[in-house]
Amino acid sequence: MTSMTLVRRIAVRPSVVFEALITPDGIRQWWGPDDGPVILAESDARVGGRFRVRFRMRDNTEHECSGEYLVVDPPDRVVMSWRWHGDADDTGVSRLEITLRAIAEGTELTLTHSRLRDETIAESHAQGWDGALDKLAAIFKQE
Amino acid sequence: MVNYHKSLDRTFSALADPTRRAILARLEREQCVSVSELARPFVIKLPAVMKHLDVLNDAGLVTRTKSGRTVTVRIEAGPMRGATEWLRRYERFWSTRLDRLTAYAERKEASLRGGGK
Repeated sequence: MTSMTLVRRIAVRPSVVFEALITPDGIRQWWGPDDGPVILAESDARVGGRFRVRFRMRDNTEHECSGEYLVVDPPDRVVMSWRWHGDADDTGVSRLEITLRAIAEGTELTLTHSRLRDETIAESHAQGWDGALDKLAAIFKQE
Repeated sequence: MVNYHKSLDRTFSALADPTRRAILARLEREQCVSVSELARPFVIKLPAVMKHLDVLNDAGLVTRTKSGRTVTVRIEAGPMRGATEWLRRYERFWSTRLDRLTAYAERKEASLRGGGK
Protein backbone atom coordinates (compact mmCIF):
# COMPACT_ATOMS: atom_id res chain seq x y z
CA MET A 1 0.00 0.00 0.00
CA THR A 2 2.65 2.51 0.88
CA SER A 3 4.83 1.50 -2.00
CA MET A 4 4.25 0.41 -5.54
CA THR A 5 6.36 -2.09 -7.42
CA LEU A 6 6.57 -2.81 -11.14
CA VAL A 7 8.50 -5.66 -12.72
CA ARG A 8 9.60 -5.69 -16.38
CA ARG A 9 11.54 -8.10 -18.51
CA ILE A 10 13.80 -6.44 -21.03
CA ALA A 11 15.66 -8.28 -23.80
CA VAL A 12 18.87 -6.41 -23.03
CA ARG A 13 21.88 -6.97 -20.79
CA PRO A 14 21.68 -5.37 -17.31
CA SER A 15 24.69 -3.12 -18.02
CA VAL A 16 22.92 -1.47 -20.98
CA VAL A 17 19.71 -0.97 -18.97
CA PHE A 18 21.67 0.42 -16.05
CA GLU A 19 23.34 3.00 -18.23
CA ALA A 20 19.98 4.09 -19.66
CA LEU A 21 18.73 4.57 -16.10
CA ILE A 22 21.46 6.82 -14.78
CA THR A 23 23.04 8.78 -17.62
CA PRO A 24 21.57 12.16 -18.70
CA ASP A 25 21.47 10.96 -22.32
CA GLY A 26 19.60 7.83 -21.32
CA ILE A 27 17.15 9.72 -19.11
CA ARG A 28 16.43 12.18 -21.91
CA GLN A 29 15.47 9.28 -24.15
CA TRP A 30 13.00 7.44 -22.02
CA TRP A 31 11.39 10.30 -20.10
CA GLY A 32 10.07 11.58 -23.42
CA PRO A 33 8.89 12.38 -25.97
CA ASP A 34 5.33 10.96 -25.78
CA ASP A 35 4.28 13.18 -22.91
CA GLY A 36 6.31 16.14 -24.13
CA PRO A 37 10.00 16.99 -24.18
CA VAL A 38 12.53 16.52 -21.42
CA ILE A 39 13.84 20.04 -20.89
CA LEU A 40 16.64 19.23 -18.54
CA ALA A 41 18.33 16.03 -17.39
CA GLU A 42 21.19 16.09 -14.93
CA SER A 43 22.61 13.06 -13.20
CA ASP A 44 25.69 12.58 -11.08
CA ALA A 45 25.35 8.87 -10.45
CA ARG A 46 27.48 8.23 -7.39
CA VAL A 47 26.50 7.95 -3.74
CA GLY A 48 25.68 11.48 -2.56
CA GLY A 49 25.43 12.74 -6.15
CA ARG A 50 22.18 14.28 -7.38
CA PHE A 51 19.84 13.99 -10.31
CA ARG A 52 17.36 16.51 -11.70
CA VAL A 53 14.83 16.03 -14.47
CA ARG A 54 12.50 18.68 -15.85
CA PHE A 55 9.90 17.88 -18.48
CA ARG A 56 6.94 19.46 -20.20
CA MET A 57 3.59 17.72 -20.53
CA ARG A 58 1.26 17.95 -23.48
CA ASP A 59 -0.90 20.41 -21.53
CA ASN A 60 2.20 22.70 -21.43
CA THR A 61 2.71 22.35 -17.69
CA GLU A 62 6.27 21.75 -16.59
CA HIS A 63 7.30 19.43 -13.82
CA GLU A 64 10.59 18.89 -12.13
CA CYS A 65 11.84 16.22 -9.80
CA SER A 66 15.21 15.73 -8.20
CA GLY A 67 16.90 13.65 -5.58
CA GLU A 68 20.07 12.14 -4.28
CA TYR A 69 21.67 8.83 -5.15
CA LEU A 70 21.73 6.68 -2.04
CA VAL A 71 23.04 3.43 -3.54
CA VAL A 72 24.79 3.07 -6.89
CA ASP A 73 25.81 -0.50 -7.51
CA PRO A 74 26.20 -1.06 -11.26
CA PRO A 75 24.74 -2.95 -12.96
CA ASP A 76 22.50 -4.39 -10.22
CA ARG A 77 20.92 -1.72 -8.12
CA VAL A 78 20.31 1.97 -7.75
CA VAL A 79 18.43 3.73 -4.94
CA MET A 80 17.59 7.40 -4.77
CA SER A 81 15.58 9.86 -2.78
CA TRP A 82 12.90 11.56 -4.82
CA ARG A 83 11.12 14.86 -4.58
CA TRP A 84 8.79 16.84 -6.83
CA HIS A 85 9.24 20.59 -7.07
CA GLY A 86 6.60 23.27 -7.20
CA ASP A 87 3.76 23.82 -4.77
CA ALA A 88 1.23 21.56 -6.40
CA ASP A 89 3.59 18.67 -6.96
CA ASP A 90 5.58 18.65 -3.77
CA THR A 91 4.48 15.79 -1.55
CA GLY A 92 7.64 15.33 0.44
CA VAL A 93 10.47 12.93 -0.03
CA SER A 94 9.96 9.45 -1.36
CA ARG A 95 12.33 6.67 -2.30
CA LEU A 96 12.94 5.06 -5.63
CA GLU A 97 14.73 1.73 -5.88
CA ILE A 98 15.52 -0.09 -9.11
CA THR A 99 17.14 -3.51 -9.19
CA LEU A 100 18.29 -5.36 -12.27
CA ARG A 101 18.71 -9.12 -12.38
CA ALA A 102 20.33 -10.97 -15.25
CA ILE A 103 17.99 -13.61 -16.66
CA ALA A 104 18.25 -15.83 -19.73
CA GLU A 105 16.26 -13.37 -21.88
CA GLY A 106 18.19 -10.34 -20.66
CA THR A 107 17.17 -8.37 -17.59
CA GLU A 108 14.42 -8.45 -15.05
CA LEU A 109 13.88 -4.92 -13.75
CA THR A 110 12.09 -4.27 -10.46
CA LEU A 111 11.09 -0.70 -9.67
CA THR A 112 9.78 0.25 -6.24
CA HIS A 113 8.59 3.74 -5.44
CA SER A 114 7.75 4.14 -1.80
CA ARG A 115 6.45 7.00 0.19
CA LEU A 116 8.88 7.95 2.93
CA ARG A 117 7.65 11.16 4.37
CA ASP A 118 9.67 10.92 7.54
CA GLU A 119 11.40 8.52 9.86
CA THR A 120 8.20 7.65 11.70
CA ILE A 121 6.73 6.25 8.55
CA ALA A 122 9.97 4.50 7.64
CA GLU A 123 10.00 2.85 11.02
CA SER A 124 6.43 1.71 10.85
CA HIS A 125 7.17 0.19 7.45
CA ALA A 126 9.48 -2.13 9.29
CA GLN A 127 6.68 -2.99 11.69
CA GLY A 128 4.63 -4.18 8.79
CA TRP A 129 1.93 -1.59 8.40
CA ASP A 130 1.63 -2.47 4.75
CA GLY A 131 -0.34 -5.54 5.72
CA ALA A 132 -2.73 -3.51 7.83
CA LEU A 133 -3.28 -1.04 5.00
CA ASP A 134 -3.82 -3.75 2.45
CA LYS A 135 -6.57 -5.07 4.64
CA LEU A 136 -8.14 -1.65 4.90
CA ALA A 137 -7.87 -1.07 1.18
CA ALA A 138 -9.55 -4.41 0.52
CA ILE A 139 -12.49 -3.37 2.66
CA PHE A 140 -12.91 -0.07 0.85
CA LYS A 141 -12.82 -1.77 -2.51
CA GLN A 142 -15.88 -3.78 -1.57
CA GLU A 143 -17.99 -0.67 -1.23
CA MET B 1 -0.47 15.48 -13.15
CA VAL B 2 1.07 14.96 -9.77
CA ASN B 3 -1.18 17.30 -7.90
CA TYR B 4 -1.59 15.90 -4.42
CA HIS B 5 -3.14 17.41 -1.40
CA LYS B 6 -1.94 18.19 2.06
CA SER B 7 -4.67 15.88 3.30
CA LEU B 8 -2.74 12.97 1.88
CA ASP B 9 0.13 13.79 4.22
CA ARG B 10 -2.29 13.79 7.11
CA THR B 11 -3.65 10.42 6.06
CA PHE B 12 -0.21 8.84 5.84
CA SER B 13 1.04 10.27 9.12
CA ALA B 14 -2.19 9.33 10.89
CA LEU B 15 -1.71 5.78 9.69
CA ALA B 16 1.91 5.68 10.83
CA ASP B 17 1.08 4.62 14.38
CA PRO B 18 0.31 1.11 15.62
CA THR B 19 -2.42 2.18 18.07
CA ARG B 20 -4.24 4.19 15.42
CA ARG B 21 -3.98 1.32 12.97
CA ALA B 22 -5.38 -1.02 15.60
CA ILE B 23 -8.29 1.38 16.15
CA LEU B 24 -8.97 1.51 12.40
CA ALA B 25 -8.71 -2.26 12.06
CA ARG B 26 -11.34 -2.67 14.77
CA LEU B 27 -13.64 -0.04 13.27
CA GLU B 28 -13.27 -1.77 9.95
CA ARG B 29 -14.68 -4.97 11.51
CA GLU B 30 -17.37 -3.44 13.69
CA GLN B 31 -18.36 -0.31 11.73
CA CYS B 32 -19.07 1.88 14.74
CA VAL B 33 -17.89 1.50 18.31
CA SER B 34 -18.19 3.67 21.40
CA VAL B 35 -15.04 5.42 22.62
CA SER B 36 -14.95 3.56 25.93
CA GLU B 37 -15.39 0.25 24.13
CA LEU B 38 -12.57 1.20 21.73
CA ALA B 39 -10.22 2.06 24.59
CA ARG B 40 -10.79 -1.18 26.51
CA PRO B 41 -8.21 -3.46 24.81
CA PHE B 42 -5.43 -0.88 25.05
CA VAL B 43 -2.94 -0.55 27.90
CA ILE B 44 -2.94 3.22 27.41
CA LYS B 45 -5.44 5.38 29.25
CA LEU B 46 -8.63 6.84 27.82
CA PRO B 47 -7.21 10.39 27.33
CA ALA B 48 -4.39 8.92 25.22
CA VAL B 49 -6.92 7.03 23.13
CA MET B 50 -8.87 10.27 22.73
CA LYS B 51 -5.73 11.97 21.41
CA HIS B 52 -5.28 9.22 18.83
CA LEU B 53 -8.92 9.66 17.84
CA ASP B 54 -8.29 13.41 17.40
CA VAL B 55 -5.51 12.64 14.93
CA LEU B 56 -7.68 10.15 13.03
CA ASN B 57 -10.53 12.65 13.08
CA ASP B 58 -8.32 15.49 11.75
CA ALA B 59 -7.18 13.21 8.94
CA GLY B 60 -10.83 12.51 8.19
CA LEU B 61 -10.34 8.79 8.78
CA VAL B 62 -13.04 8.61 11.45
CA THR B 63 -16.05 10.62 12.52
CA ARG B 64 -17.44 10.92 16.04
CA THR B 65 -21.08 11.24 16.96
CA LYS B 66 -22.32 12.12 20.42
CA SER B 67 -25.54 10.68 21.65
CA GLY B 68 -26.30 11.40 25.30
CA ARG B 69 -23.17 10.42 27.21
CA THR B 70 -21.91 8.02 24.58
CA VAL B 71 -19.53 9.02 21.83
CA THR B 72 -19.59 6.67 18.88
CA VAL B 73 -16.72 6.42 16.41
CA ARG B 74 -17.15 5.44 12.78
CA ILE B 75 -14.61 4.79 10.03
CA GLU B 76 -14.59 6.98 6.88
CA ALA B 77 -13.47 5.64 3.52
CA GLY B 78 -12.63 8.89 1.64
CA PRO B 79 -9.03 9.58 2.74
CA MET B 80 -8.00 5.98 2.14
CA ARG B 81 -9.15 6.39 -1.43
CA GLY B 82 -6.85 9.42 -1.67
CA ALA B 83 -3.92 7.33 -0.49
CA THR B 84 -4.76 4.60 -2.99
CA GLU B 85 -5.03 7.18 -5.76
CA TRP B 86 -1.51 8.43 -4.95
CA LEU B 87 -0.16 4.94 -5.55
CA ARG B 88 -2.16 4.50 -8.74
CA ARG B 89 -0.78 7.71 -10.22
CA TYR B 90 2.76 6.57 -9.61
CA GLU B 91 1.96 3.26 -11.14
CA ARG B 92 0.77 4.97 -14.34
CA PHE B 93 3.70 7.37 -14.28
CA TRP B 94 6.32 4.63 -14.09
CA SER B 95 4.52 2.19 -16.28
CA THR B 96 4.61 4.46 -19.35
CA ARG B 97 8.22 5.39 -18.66
CA LEU B 98 9.32 1.80 -18.29
CA ASP B 99 7.71 1.01 -21.64
CA ARG B 100 9.90 3.66 -23.21
CA LEU B 101 12.96 2.62 -21.25
CA THR B 102 12.48 -0.92 -22.59
CA ALA B 103 12.19 0.31 -26.17
CA TYR B 104 15.19 2.60 -25.80
CA ALA B 105 17.42 -0.04 -24.17
CA GLU B 106 16.51 -2.56 -26.86
CA ARG B 107 17.37 -0.09 -29.62
CA LYS B 108 20.63 0.71 -27.88
CA GLU B 109 21.57 -2.95 -27.51
CA ALA B 110 20.76 -3.53 -31.18
CA SER B 111 23.01 -0.64 -32.22
CA LEU B 112 25.82 -1.83 -29.95
CA ARG B 113 25.67 -5.27 -31.52
CA GLY B 114 24.90 -3.91 -34.98
CA GLY B 115 28.51 -3.98 -36.21
CA GLY B 116 29.02 -7.62 -35.27
CA LYS B 117 25.85 -9.06 -36.81
